[in-house]
Amino acid sequence: MNIWVFAQAADGTPTSATLELLTKARGVTGGGALTAFVGGDATALAGSLGEFGATKVYATGDLGGKLPGVAVAAAMKAVIDGGDSPDLIMFPQSYEGRDVMSRLSVQLDRTVLTNNVDLKVDGDALSVTTPIFGGNTLVTTAFSGSGPFLAAFRPKSFVAESASGAAASVVAAPVPELGATGTARVTAVHTEETHGPKLDEAAIVVSGGRGLGEATKYEMIESLAKLLKGAPGASRAIVDAGWVPYSYQVGQTGKVVKPGVYIACGISGATQHMVGMKGAKNIIAINKDKEAPIFGIADLGIVGDVHKVLPQLIEALQSRG
Amino acid sequence: MNVIVCVKQIPDPATPGALNADNTLKREGKLILDESDGYGVEMALQLVDGAGGGEVSLVSMAPNGEVSGMRTALAMGAAKGTLISDPALQGTDALTTAKVLAAAIQKMGGADLIIAATESSDGYTGTVPEQLAEALGLPSVTFAKRVTVDGQSLKVDRQTESGYDEVTCPLPAVISVTAGVVEPRYPSFKGIMAAKSKPIDTVTASDLGVTPVGWAGAGQTIVNVAQAEARAAGEIIEDDGEGYAKIVAFLENLKVI
Repeated sequence: MNIWVFAQAADGTPTSATLELLTKARGVTGGGALTAFVGGDATALAGSLGEFGATKVYATGDLGGKLPGVAVAAAMKAVIDGGDSPDLIMFPQSYEGRDVMSRLSVQLDRTVLTNNVDLKVDGDALSVTTPIFGGNTLVTTAFSGSGPFLAAFRPKSFVAESASGAAASVVAAPVPELGATGTARVTAVHTEETHGPKLDEAAIVVSGGRGLGEATKYEMIESLAKLLKGAPGASRAIVDAGWVPYSYQVGQTGKVVKPGVYIACGISGATQHMVGMKGAKNIIAINKDKEAPIFGIADLGIVGDVHKVLPQLIEALQSRG
Repeated sequence: MNVIVCVKQIPDPATPGALNADNTLKREGKLILDESDGYGVEMALQLVDGAGGGEVSLVSMAPNGEVSGMRTALAMGAAKGTLISDPALQGTDALTTAKVLAAAIQKMGGADLIIAATESSDGYTGTVPEQLAEALGLPSVTFAKRVTVDGQSLKVDRQTESGYDEVTCPLPAVISVTAGVVEPRYPSFKGIMAAKSKPIDTVTASDLGVTPVGWAGAGQTIVNVAQAEARAAGEIIEDDGEGYAKIVAFLENLKVI
């Protein structure tokens, strides 16, 4: 089975989600080719993409401000029309991954399956697994018809492992003329400053929700996260309310985290949130509503007021030095 | 400026979801306006207001003729709506949904701007806005967290993994808006009364010439539904003033402090 992985990079290296997909893909190609597809220049990426199992890298070259969704999809379509058609294209469940697969699905007239956490290959049959209802239920769906099949996978669905492969060969896959669909342009890029460990890589995550009552109380979450050398996170409710930036959001539409310890403060445990954190090894929840769904998955649950428990906890940790 | 907002009517997320025998989501009874779509409706109303003319129309797809969610958006201030309702739509995948919506939007005469949420709260495939743009041959900007219209062009702050990008895009275009982009208004009593008599045009998928739809058009088959491994129940205690000490002891036991 020939597989492509839509490879994304940040700060000049492939994202962890990209390496996870390459690792999974190389185990199921069964002797077929594993190719990475990069929207941009791949010169600096060929080494690490090869190390994780890709033998070839298609690269569009600089996108010149075009949005990746429409541009990369068109470049993929051109390669497929040129005769190199994969059986499966795996996408990270990311903004750009979703956009590229959406555009391509219409161009190829193929369905998309998103939010997957597993992939199974049985001969020519391909199926993927998706959690629904907050992760309580797992649905396995098989692709029907003919490929290329298009599937997006949540971060941390697979564990990235090096294959000690040689650098992949880079093949140009230029973006064809896009017409009206390609007229949007990125004119400026803004990066939000973050301190401490990254939310999706931190060993400890402390998240706050609506139970904090008001935006200024989020300081307690930041203090506690700092004391524990962890990262602060947030529920969608307080991100929507504008208390903290979107980059803090844990959940279905935010980051998926799997820390050693997750501390949920004033978070009731909406499906949307639980999907993003129930993979944590240990979960501590503080909430004043004892019926809150978060207690259903907590290893330690404190039914109490975050405005009382958090200051006491912070003080106790501070006094330990 | 005319804006079409794609709205989804979903089972109330506050009630536990359930599956039909064919593994589609149970969508019987009253459906409500997806909370995520309130932002798009509000943004559309504000943009039309700012442009000094035009109207906001709705397009929605539902298998059972349900309009109560659409009425909520009409009560907020949208002028009219088109509902594609057809029992054959049961089991329709995201790609066919986008084709159906595209055909309906063309039948409605198109618009300067088409707005959708980034993903629905029930199915959350998250691909329909961009698929819709491709089906209509339009440019698109997904994950918009701030939108302004400058003549015949949009200026959008687009959410990214590390911050945001400023993007310009000529109209007509499709955008998907994140939650929190604007504060959706509550329908007024007057709005609710007026919504009752606002027109909703109901069409079927075959009226629009989109076939096949439903399971027949979906390039997928559900092969298994299983319960995920449940987490073992933990220790839940009422805070008696010493709850924090329990947390300290728990963290000590894990050797993280």
